[in-house]
Amino acid sequence: MPKLTIDGVEVEVADGSTVLQACEDAGAEVPRFCYHDRLSIAGNCRMCLVEMEKSPKPIASCAMPAGEGMVIHTNTPEVKKAREGVMEFLLINHPLDCPICDQGGECDLQDQSMAYGRHFTRFNEHKRAVKDKDVGPLVETIMTRCIHCTRCIRFADEIAGVEEFGAVFRGEHMEIGTYVEKAVSSELSGNMIDLCPVGALTSKPYAFTARSWELRKTESVDAHDAVGSNIRIDGRGGEVMRIVPRLHEDVNEEWISDKSRFAYDGLRKRRLDRCYVRRNGKLEEASWQQAFDAVSKALSGLRGDQIAAIAGDLADCESMTALKDLMTGLGSANIDCRQDGAKLGGSRCGYLFNSTIAGIEESDAMLIVGADPRWEAPLVNARIRKRWRQGGLKVGFIGAHRDLTYPVNNLGVGPKTLGQVAAGEHDFTSVLERSERPMLILGPGAVARTDGAGVLSAARTIAEKYTMVREDWNGFNILHRAASRVGGLDLGFVPGAAGRDVSGILASAESGAVKFVWLLGADEIDMMPLSKTFTVYQGHHGDAGAAAADVVLPGAAYTEKNATYVNLEGRVQRAYRAIYPPGDAREDWTILRAFSDEVARTLPYDTLDSLRGRMVEIAPTFSGVDKIAPAVWDNFGEPGEMSGEAFAGSVENFYLTDVIARASDTMAKCSSQFVARNQKKTGTNG
Amino acid sequence: MLKDSDRIFTNLYGVHDSGLVASRTRGAWDGTAGLIEKGHDWIVEQIKESGLRGRGGAGFPTGLKFSFMPKEPDPRRPQYLIVNADESEPGTCKDRDIMRHDPQILIEGCLVSAFAMRAHVAYIYIRGEFYREAEVLQEAINESYEAGLIGKNAAGSGWDFDLYLHRGAGAYICGEETGLLESLEGKPGRPRLKPPFPAGAGLYGCPSTVNNVETIAIVPTILRRGANWFNGLGRPKNTGTKLFCISGHVNHPCNVEEEMGIPLRELIDKHAGGVRGGWDNLLAVIPGGSSVPLLPKSICDTVLMDFDSLNAEKSGLGTAAVIVMDQSTDVVEAISRLSHFYMHESCGQCTPCREGTGWVFRMMQRLIKGDASIEDIDLLWNVVGQIEGHTICALGDAAAWPVQGLIRHFRPELEQRILARQGIPEDANAPRAA
Repeated sequence: MPKLTIDGVEVEVADGSTVLQACEDAGAEVPRFCYHDRLSIAGNCRMCLVEMEKSPKPIASCAMPAGEGMVIHTNTPEVKKAREGVMEFLLINHPLDCPICDQGGECDLQDQSMAYGRHFTRFNEHKRAVKDKDVGPLVETIMTRCIHCTRCIRFADEIAGVEEFGAVFRGEHMEIGTYVEKAVSSELSGNMIDLCPVGALTSKPYAFTARSWELRKTESVDAHDAVGSNIRIDGRGGEVMRIVPRLHEDVNEEWISDKSRFAYDGLRKRRLDRCYVRRNGKLEEASWQQAFDAVSKALSGLRGDQIAAIAGDLADCESMTALKDLMTGLGSANIDCRQDGAKLGGSRCGYLFNSTIAGIEESDAMLIVGADPRWEAPLVNARIRKRWRQGGLKVGFIGAHRDLTYPVNNLGVGPKTLGQVAAGEHDFTSVLERSERPMLILGPGAVARTDGAGVLSAARTIAEKYTMVREDWNGFNILHRAASRVGGLDLGFVPGAAGRDVSGILASAESGAVKFVWLLGADEIDMMPLSKTFTVYQGHHGDAGAAAADVVLPGAAYTEKNATYVNLEGRVQRAYRAIYPPGDAREDWTILRAFSDEVARTLPYDTLDSLRGRMVEIAPTFSGVDKIAPAVWDNFGEPGEMSGEAFAGSVENFYLTDVIARASDTMAKCSSQFVARNQKKTGTNG
Repeated sequence: MLKDSDRIFTNLYGVHDSGLVASRTRGAWDGTAGLIEKGHDWIVEQIKESGLRGRGGAGFPTGLKFSFMPKEPDPRRPQYLIVNADESEPGTCKDRDIMRHDPQILIEGCLVSAFAMRAHVAYIYIRGEFYREAEVLQEAINESYEAGLIGKNAAGSGWDFDLYLHRGAGAYICGEETGLLESLEGKPGRPRLKPPFPAGAGLYGCPSTVNNVETIAIVPTILRRGANWFNGLGRPKNTGTKLFCISGHVNHPCNVEEEMGIPLRELIDKHAGGVRGGWDNLLAVIPGGSSVPLLPKSICDTVLMDFDSLNAEKSGLGTAAVIVMDQSTDVVEAISRLSHFYMHESCGQCTPCREGTGWVFRMMQRLIKGDASIEDIDLLWNVVGQIEGHTICALGDAAAWPVQGLIRHFRPELEQRILARQGIPEDANAPRAA
């Protein structure tokens, strides 16, 4: 614990701190461009120069380890001059095009030149210009603005794990780029935009659409995957203009995936903004009353077991609660929130990511089974990579091979290998035995299959055999990829006594045993069997579900409602309305509440607060926002047969996993650039 | 003048054979095992006592540098000696002659120096353009291996020692010690932040010491002849002999080994045949390779050639590459050419050097023609001051110093060019140099 004196203030800092961190502790502001908490230290911008007694030259505070007895000055004329000098050098070749720069208003260079610069130029030579690079559909480059801080390079190398960025040439010809011009193939590439302290890397989809100071900022959470990344939705008028990450150390740190960041243009397209009722085989516009009448008519005379409801991957907890209560009122136990047929539910410890995302950093051995964390939960993958970079992490992998940005030990592809590990007959077991905090991550590809229960049970055996679960550590983890899933399971949105699950509902729909299906944003199921039933689709996008529906009720997307989501760790988080839903669309729980009146099964809540009270009644875990109620290790998983079939990834195309992403032009471009690039063209797709 | 018997580099001019057998007749590899027998610390102490200062430019005490290496090596972290043979400083050509004419004393130096710092492996990082030199050196290394002088039980000393030659690609910045380490690791040659210093975390993160070719080549002779012999030469704190590379407007440009502290005038007159057109035709001298500030004739008349004397004149010994310029030189253009060199060789990593060197060069270009204002000279002075001391490595300083030297000593010349271009008549009585 070295003690330093900074501008006359004595501070004691943790071992391994830098002088810059010590200055911050002492309340002395130190400007910087290249330094970033989460990246390695480059020390190349030289903006953080401070004076150290007994040192003939000013020192780069970001790179200097704090030492006992150092005396640092940050406010002397020499430091001021050094900062002015560096600022001047940064600006001589930087175009002063702030009025047409998207970074304007939120630019480090702009702010710091106001605070530390000289306010006039002495540079009378020609400025440098650099050719822009094409690094893909997400990141716009204006390389003349680059100040060579190398944050983007370090991000790509260290956090994203794609060593595709680098600096070529020397001296003032130095350029940042991808060596050979190519798109940066990372699902985290958008974060470079935030990291870039100037306007060299900006958002391509957001280009020239808004100025930062015009935007209304709403702090919310993301629903494109089950991580529950904390985001800030920047809206203007009735539109979401962009989405940026918000700091949450335990969830997403300060990163979000490209889908979370860029799929927002899908919120404007293919929206359901009014009710539709199918007449003579065609969906026709209708009023809310007409739509409700049609649904009531279809319901009349049906027994409870002829009615079913399926909740989709974007459904919020409030609407699932209301739908569940409505179905109970109608006498139906046929409800399910597991579109993919995952064999999960029951005891809470059996479907949570029990170690928590931050807990990954404490683990020293990991067995990933049937998961593709890179696409199913990119930020969980980034956290695993972060842990791997710290050294000493061994990762075993069972499933379809894929580059996860860190090396894995491929043990096998299917349940056979899992069985071997469970029986202690595999080499990797010695790693698990020696590990202090072993983790098992079971992905959707392992549980969303007919033998999922058997796989879950084998995984449980492994967890218990290698003492992954003890008082201070729970290494048993399920990786989800749907934002609604954990909330739905917490609320018990699963078949009740004698109820049918998704496959049961679809089979019964086919056979005629189920005559009415309510789809709450469920689009990722086989719609064919529903042609024989009366189908209500409640959701926000005209996708597969709406096409198959007899009545369409327009709902709100995750940016348009105050709603609750539970992430894969079991963390209860609130999303807030950033903009209003379009047209006649309404917040989903209010639609269900209004409809319950129509069928005389009035739901007992009129406000969001009383609905949330009802949620706490069902599951007390909902009482703590941004808290994880640890799950008790309980009974789950019945031993069953496992097939010989290999585990497959659950995500075929990262960029097109949900209705919003499928409606997004940006995601379509990404898909054709990164995923479909190697597919054969048919001749009709341009 | 240095006695022939005190010369360390006895085949500097390649008059004799550079092979192993011939080298041994000149004294190389004489009793090397005996030197090593005296132990790691004895060698370090001898070098400390000899007062040897690094010959690469900075003049850091070599013995002290050796002593920074861990005394108890961690078996998981091998220690390395790295010999900097990336001789790229304009005007400098001393290491080249050592490597092509007397490679064995370098190889012997590598062994004893590596032993002193408990290293079993040494790398020689040779400049890419030194193609023939690399061939000769590699041949010499092969010869030494065959003769059992290096390798397992090197020279019968019981110390295992391997020596590798690595060819660079010709970037000036790879001569900076941490830039060299980066390059040796296969990365772009961009200097590292210090701390950590190489002795703590150098090549591949392991303890390493980087020394110049000349420094390492001197070590065995010091050990054989004794520290007292070495520090009896030269002046206090500037001991021993030094290779001087004299080039430019002299009658006989040459490399020569001389005692430290020899007067500059004596050096030029005795060894280089004097300045072209006589001493009075001298305009200025850059005494230590392109990086150090030039000295006008008035200082050259009396200055002594060693670290401290030249520092006192706000210049430096650097690599001891004496670049002589007579009255026919356009001194502004000459320094401008150096500014271009530093702009071209800047690695581009840190801001002041990347942006500043280009700015300085462009201003220098205008000053050649006088296309500037008097205030621009002050601006230039200020800008080079903003580069100096604010960068990761010393290239920023090296880019600043020649320009500072020019302004310090030739400001009247600069001003006259500006006035002449503006049509104000030249003052015939004004001095050319301050």
